[in-house]
Amino acid sequence: MSAPLHNPPLLAVRDLCVEFATRKGPVTAVRAVNLQVAKGETLGIVGESGSGKSVTSYAVMRILDRAGRIVSGGIEFGGMQLHSADEAMMSDLRGREISMIFQNPRAALNPIRQVGKQIEDVLIRHAQATHDQAKQKAIEALEKVRIRDAAKRYHAYPFELSGGMCQRVVIAIALACRPQLLIADEPTTGLDVTTQKAVMELVRELTRSEGMSTLLITHDLGLAGEYCDRIVVMEKGEVIEQQDTAGLFTAPAHPYTRRLIRSTPHSAATVRDLLPEDLRTPDLRTPLPPAAAVSAEPLLEVRDLVKVFESPPSLIQRLRGKSDAGYRAVDGISFSIARGESVGLVGESGCGKSTTSAMVMRLLDATSGSIRFKGQELTAVSAAAFASTPQRRELQMVFQDPHESLNPRATAAQSIADPLRRLEGMTDGAAIRNRVEELATQVGLPPDLLDRLPHQLSGGQKARVGIARAISTRPELLILDEPTAALDVSVQAVVLNLLADLKAAFGMSYLFVSHDLEVVRLLCDRVIVMRAGSIVEAGPTAQVLSNPQAEYTRELLSAIPRPAHLPGHAGRQAPAVIAGAA
Amino acid sequence: MTDITINTITAAPRSSAWSRGFAHFRYVMTSNPVTLLAFVMLAAMILIAVFGPALVPHDPLATAADKALKPPSLQHWFGTDQLGRDVFSRVIVATRLDLLISVSAVALSFFVGVAMGACAGYWGGWFDKLSGRLLDTIMAFPLFVLAMGIVAAAGNTIQNIVIATAIINLPFYARVARAEVSIRRNAGYVQAARLSGNSELRILIEKILPNTLPPMMVQLSLNMGWAILNAAGLSFIGLGVRPPTAEWGIMVAEGANFIVSGEWWLALFPGAALMLAVFTFNLLGDGLRDLVDPQRRT
Repeated sequence: MSAPLHNPPLLAVRDLCVEFATRKGPVTAVRAVNLQVAKGETLGIVGESGSGKSVTSYAVMRILDRAGRIVSGGIEFGGMQLHSADEAMMSDLRGREISMIFQNPRAALNPIRQVGKQIEDVLIRHAQATHDQAKQKAIEALEKVRIRDAAKRYHAYPFELSGGMCQRVVIAIALACRPQLLIADEPTTGLDVTTQKAVMELVRELTRSEGMSTLLITHDLGLAGEYCDRIVVMEKGEVIEQQDTAGLFTAPAHPYTRRLIRSTPHSAATVRDLLPEDLRTPDLRTPLPPAAAVSAEPLLEVRDLVKVFESPPSLIQRLRGKSDAGYRAVDGISFSIARGESVGLVGESGCGKSTTSAMVMRLLDATSGSIRFKGQELTAVSAAAFASTPQRRELQMVFQDPHESLNPRATAAQSIADPLRRLEGMTDGAAIRNRVEELATQVGLPPDLLDRLPHQLSGGQKARVGIARAISTRPELLILDEPTAALDVSVQAVVLNLLADLKAAFGMSYLFVSHDLEVVRLLCDRVIVMRAGSIVEAGPTAQVLSNPQAEYTRELLSAIPRPAHLPGHAGRQAPAVIAGAA
Repeated sequence: MTDITINTITAAPRSSAWSRGFAHFRYVMTSNPVTLLAFVMLAAMILIAVFGPALVPHDPLATAADKALKPPSLQHWFGTDQLGRDVFSRVIVATRLDLLISVSAVALSFFVGVAMGACAGYWGGWFDKLSGRLLDTIMAFPLFVLAMGIVAAAGNTIQNIVIATAIINLPFYARVARAEVSIRRNAGYVQAARLSGNSELRILIEKILPNTLPPMMVQLSLNMGWAILNAAGLSFIGLGVRPPTAEWGIMVAEGANFIVSGEWWLALFPGAALMLAVFTFNLLGDGLRDLVDPQRRT
């Protein structure tokens, strides 16, 4: 559905420049940006972190924080000059003519106000309803975003709703006054793929039926490709390419766009394909070394693993001597990992995959079941005492959030050196420093960054520090807990390649925990799909992804946004059987 | 053993770390003039406390009946009191005692409170419950009255003032420490430290506690002000430091009797010194927090 382009655009941004005042002087976040949104059109702004895509949308809404200001350029919306509008006019427009939905729906809602009341607030603020009919209209708005039992949910507080439900409420608030333009800033980041699909389709359907225009801001080219009519690609504060969606995927003009498309793991056959030729460092240019022979003897064997989280018994329960059955986060799962093998553990949030990895890592005690590592039972030692056992150095982990998993007060070198001191018993400062520098080189971290604190490093650099720390003891089993979830696609491409190379070099086994089936496809030999604490399907990656047996696996696969125009892909089909992505 | 290794590993970048630290100090000072003012006043107070007694023009305890109750003059800048002692000298000399009492009281309650709160926040369980109820009990009393009771019961010495002031400040540190530690107990970097083979105690002391410093610094500087007021207050009502020792609280108490008859300088100057000290410590908080927060560095 391409938009009629001869009409005057609903929103026109002309030569927009935005500056932020910082400790080191003014920084230009957005430079000479031009874009137009026609009536009824869905425009995607795609870019990696720091590209200025969110700042552009904040400038349109005039909600830049105090340090930021529009230096030059114009923003015209339906004939009004937004860049020079006063606050009274803007607050009248916001919510009525232009609405916004945010990345973290739970943070966008007032936590101590019933969701229905929050919808009423907007309606009353913009005189779309009187106090008498506000409740009725709020319930209608909830029904429109397909919240079941809307009348009952009207009284719910945000914490009582799931992330997807909260995003629906935010959408209901945004659309309550039938605005002409909806700005969606990463609306589904942090939501599961199946929820993402439901939310995006809801947005598409509602905006189409109301004839609204949408500005979708996302880092996910696949998502933009599936839901947008036209796409604007931004890099470092500048628009580098604008095309309609089909054209962008089939004939990308700018090298950066090509790199972005390439980094998106949908069409790649191996992790190497994610990297553009010119960016490959010498050691990355070589084809992947053949995978180490997967031996038949299992390195890790998990049998009937159960974790029950019990809520503390209430007074009455305590008097009766009974307690709840508790919540079974992991409900009797069994799997094994062979030496040199990499296994993907896939599932949506709350499926128990993180609990499983924490138990295998011995950060959490299992309720029952057995974990055997190289034939030795690990559950015999409690999680609290495991730090002092010899197996500790053979089981390591790379955490999901590279920033949160680094001590804010420790430099990169200190973080990497920590396991060397505690587990390897190294005490000689110079020797430790040498080893740290060696590790940094192995993960591609420039040694001069080693004395920086985490907040002085970029996301990709922090991920490398986390990986260097995890491999410093040469572990035999490395658990990767969504190691690239917080990274940009181009950085993800580099990190995935690094992980593949390290595995080949050291013969490690990986347990790769992820929600992203595409990434698992590239990195894993076998895949385990979990749902609600149980395994629904397990098998060789190629087989599970191309010919899924379980209904849930099919659902997961079909929920991945897969633009029809991606090269080497015939639309929404099951992905091709992979060649040899070890 | 481990300390040695820590020193040697940081030996290489040490000079740059120092200069970076100094650059950060300069940034914090110049970015906020109020912080600069607070640090200048603190430095002045410390200098007065250290060198003041050696430099004062008159003996703070020497009485001179012929010079009693003289208003401020060139010879006696802050006038003289009812026994002819020089008020200026007494105000200066008292700085050391008042700072000593408040610093040692706050240091005592800081260390005990942080240790209690950190253990309660990290391990929870019975220790958390026990210490929590103990702190509730302390908080249930009007704090100044509690301090009065402790000093009156334990005996009228400087040591007991310090202990009493420390006890009434204990809950503030323990609670802040407990809250700050318990939100970091399962943070990513703490889990990572467990994987790196650190013992629980080491994780608590080396990884978690330093990260709780920024909010603690604010608490610390506010409490310094309270501690000075508390010590002066105890002296004011006749507990604690005894005359003829020079101490701001006693001087205000003694001088208060003379305000009615027009000799205002007896109470005004020690009162102003007290106010300035409290003011300094209250201003200091934000600056101290910025100094110890690594995220504020570039």
